[in-house]
This record gives sequence, C-alpha cells and structure tokens, in this order.
Amino acid sequence: MYEYFQILGQEIYKILFLLVPILVSVAMIVWLDRRVWGLVQKRRGPNVVGPFGLLQTLADALKYVFKEIIIPASANKTVFILAPIVTMTLALIAWAVIPLSENLVLSDINVGILYLFAVSSLGVYGIIMGGWASNSKYPFLGAIRSAAQMVSYEVSIGIIIINVLLCVGSLNLKDIVLAQQDLWYVVPLFPMFIIFFISALAETNRPPFDLPEAEAELVAGYQTEYSGMMYAMFWLGEYANILLMCAMGAILFLGGWLPIIDIFPLNLIPAPIWMILKILFLFFLFALIKAIVPRYRYDQLMRLGWKIFLPFSLIYLILTASFLFFFDKLPKGNF
Amino acid sequence: MIAHSIFFYFFSIIAIFSSLMVITSRSTVNSVFFLILDFISVGCLFIMVGAEFLGMIILIVYVGAVAVLFLFVVMMLNVSEQKQSWFIGKKSTHLPTGLIVSVLIFLELLVVVGGWKYKDNLMSSSTLNVSNISNTHQLGLVMYTEYILYFQIAGIILLLSMIGAILLTFRERPGVKKQSYLKQISRNPSSSVELKNVESYKGVKVDD
Repeated sequence: MYEYFQILGQEIYKILFLLVPILVSVAMIVWLDRRVWGLVQKRRGPNVVGPFGLLQTLADALKYVFKEIIIPASANKTVFILAPIVTMTLALIAWAVIPLSENLVLSDINVGILYLFAVSSLGVYGIIMGGWASNSKYPFLGAIRSAAQMVSYEVSIGIIIINVLLCVGSLNLKDIVLAQQDLWYVVPLFPMFIIFFISALAETNRPPFDLPEAEAELVAGYQTEYSGMMYAMFWLGEYANILLMCAMGAILFLGGWLPIIDIFPLNLIPAPIWMILKILFLFFLFALIKAIVPRYRYDQLMRLGWKIFLPFSLIYLILTASFLFFFDKLPKGNF
Repeated sequence: MIAHSIFFYFFSIIAIFSSLMVITSRSTVNSVFFLILDFISVGCLFIMVGAEFLGMIILIVYVGAVAVLFLFVVMMLNVSEQKQSWFIGKKSTHLPTGLIVSVLIFLELLVVVGGWKYKDNLMSSSTLNVSNISNTHQLGLVMYTEYILYFQIAGIILLLSMIGAILLTFRERPGVKKQSYLKQISRNPSSSVELKNVESYKGVKVDD
C-alpha cells in the first residue's frame, strides 16, 4: 500500500508536468487560431494584450472566471453541470498516451491507439448532455446534430486507423511511430491522410463542419445556455480535442517525433520539438480551413461521411491489405 | 496487490450500484446515463484483469456507439417524462415477464459457468500458448485460425441485421425534392438554356 502511494506521488508530478503545458498551449493555440483567421481576412487579429497579443486568451479566461454562472431554472442541474466537466476531462485524459519522444510518455500501454479512439468517441457525451440538460430547443437541436455527425465520422476514422495498423502490426503508439522510420505513412497512405484530416475536422466540430454550433441557425448550439466558467470549460475542452486530433494525425501519418530525414543538422533538434512542430503544422491547416471554407449543409455533411469517405476508406483498406499480402510485407510481430 | 483489490472493489461496487440505478431511477434518461457508467466500470474491470483489448472494445462499441444511440432514442421519444416507479405504489405489468427473463438468464449463466468449471481441457487449446505476447495478438491468433467459421458467421449475421434494419425503416416519401450532384455537375448551357423568340402579347410556355 505504501509503495503504491509512493508511485502515485511520483505519477502526480508527472501528470502535472504534462497537464499544465497542455493547458497553456491550448491558450496559445486559441490565440494562433484567431491570429491566422484574422490575417487571412486582412485583419490584425488579437494584438493588444501582451507581446503580439499572446496574453489575449489569458485575459479572456480571466473574464470568464469573474462572470456569473447562470443555470436555467428548467434545466436538469446535475447533468447541466456535469456536461462541461465531462468534455474537459475527456479532452485531457487522452493525452496520457501521446508519446512526445521515445521515452517521454506518461503511460506506454499496449492498446494506445484504441484508448485514443475510445476517448475521442466518448467526447460526444459532453455535447449531448449539455444539449439535453439545457432544456431548450437550440441546444437540443445542436446536440442531436453533433451526435449524428460525430458517430458518422468516427466510423471512417476507425477504418483509417485500421489501415495504419495493418502496416504497423501493433496497437502501441510508440511502435506506430517507430515503424515510420524509413517512410512516413503520409506517403503510401496519402488519400487516407486527407480523409483523416477532414474527418478530424468533423469530429471536433470545426468549420466547415461546425453545424452543432452554426450561429446562423442555432444561436450557439449546445453552448447557448452556458455562461462564465462552464462555457470556458467547453471551449477549453474543444481546443484540447483539436490539439489531440492534430497529435493523432502527427503520430499516425507524419512520423511522430521523428525528424524529416535522419541526417546531421536535422537530428540535432530534440524529439519533442519535432512532435510539437508537426502538431502546430496540422493545427495551422485547421486554422486556415476555418478561414477559407464555407460551412457545409447538413445533408451534404452526412452524404460526405457515409457515401464517400466510408466506401473509399474501405476500398483503400482492401487495397492496402492485398498489397501487403501480395508483396509479403505484412508485419510479422514478435512471436 | 492491496491497491489492486481496492480498485477492483471500487469498480465493481460502481458497476453494481449503477446497474441497480438503471432499473430503479425515476427518469429514463438518468437510467441510460447509469447504463453508460455501468459499461465504463465493466470496461475498467476488464482492463484490470489484463484483457485490455476487450475493455477498450467495450468502451468503443458499447459506450461510444450503442449507448449514444440509446440516449438518442430516449431523448427523441420523450419517454423521459414517464415515471417508472415500480417499487413504490402502483403495480407494474412488466414485473412477471421481467422476473421470468431474469431467472432464465441466471440459470443460463449457472449452466455456462458450471460447464466451464468441469471441462478442464478448454484452456489447453493448441494455439492459446501463454507466453509474453500481448492479449491482442493472442486473440488474433485464435480468432482467425481456430474460430474463423464462427467469426465469419457472426459477421454475416451482423450484415443481415443491418440490411434488415435499413429495410424496416426505409420508406419513400412522395414530394421530397432531392439533389443529384451528378446531374447538377453535368448540366451545361446546351442542355438547360434555350433561346426563344417571344412574340408580343403572347408569351411562351415555361413549364415544358
């Protein structure tokens, strides 16, 4: 028992060293998002608070903290309060398995990619709970839309993950990265990378698939009744989820912490920096797409998910499997 | 080891408590939320036993997909208003049927567990060698070699039920306008624009 508490003590400081940078980087990423959005539209974006406006998000968060939390009289109070907590927790616990370098990972579990997939598929609960508990029509409509959307796009993300796993032969995230030492999977599985990216946009409710919170139709979707710190928690959870999807894309397709080519000046840069650069690159694409692509209509979204992405990724899965089998390149495993 | 058993009792108490709450809680939506909690704690128990693959699959399939649809249906049908207070006051008509079903399931479980205990060559399967390979690998080794037939049959049953569900719910509503992307893209001026000389005071018929 005593040993257990000792281990727990060591783990807690590790967890803090992971969580605090993530929360800070979420704040920075919100700034980056708004900045890119502004620059695309020939505005300046947030540039007043702190150097280059970097502290803008912290100022916003401070404002949220001092605002009153309003709970609607007809809301289901328990679920209403639980919803942002669920969103935020699920967005943060997934980071436990993300490897930033070969040794820098909180828990190196055998089924890491399944864990990531499970946690990202649980993310829909925060939204449904928030939408239902508000007991109001716009949040409910938003919740229903987002539930259907996230469940649909999870299917194609699952099949894309299977595509990568076929080439790796292991569910461990570290093995997935190490298997890309010769060739990043973005090259042989390029169409899958594109579909993964678009599905990640839909899974995190980002524009052009931000139908759950389409302000022209649904006020603010499932967040309509939320205020103050609870709204901020939804918001933080959403951006932490986006970062998580970027990290997943970097691990599955862009070779995680590996440098572009393993030659002299490039392999001097430490591994976590490479990982962060790749996450930032994917996030930059997320931000660009928010600025330049108009919102999809709901039936177009569903058609894209079920009639195009699902069949295409299934066909590509069969192609990958046949290719690996025919050229005898299936991973043998260690047994 | 003590910590392990503490966690075991923690998760199993949550599992039992939430499964009791599923059948006793007042609102249907709360029942579904407790069902989700039950699934999650059972998944955690699986992971504690070392069956990490099964635990994750329970999380992905049951919690991530099935329970979302449950919640969906319960919220959409608005059955959350019904009070199901079978244990206070009003007599329920579901009680005898439910009792019969649960007794049957209990007996079946007894048969299964008893049969497993007295059949000792079950664990000595040729492909199930206990070495240090992960249980995902072990599952794959057995599932696609010894039990390939059952695996395929399960897949075909799932496919059939999927087609059945689609057929049951599919209905064609008249008067609904649909967009065909192929038609929209393949339109060109020669097939859709026509020039007509309009005579004064006569006009042309448009809807032809």
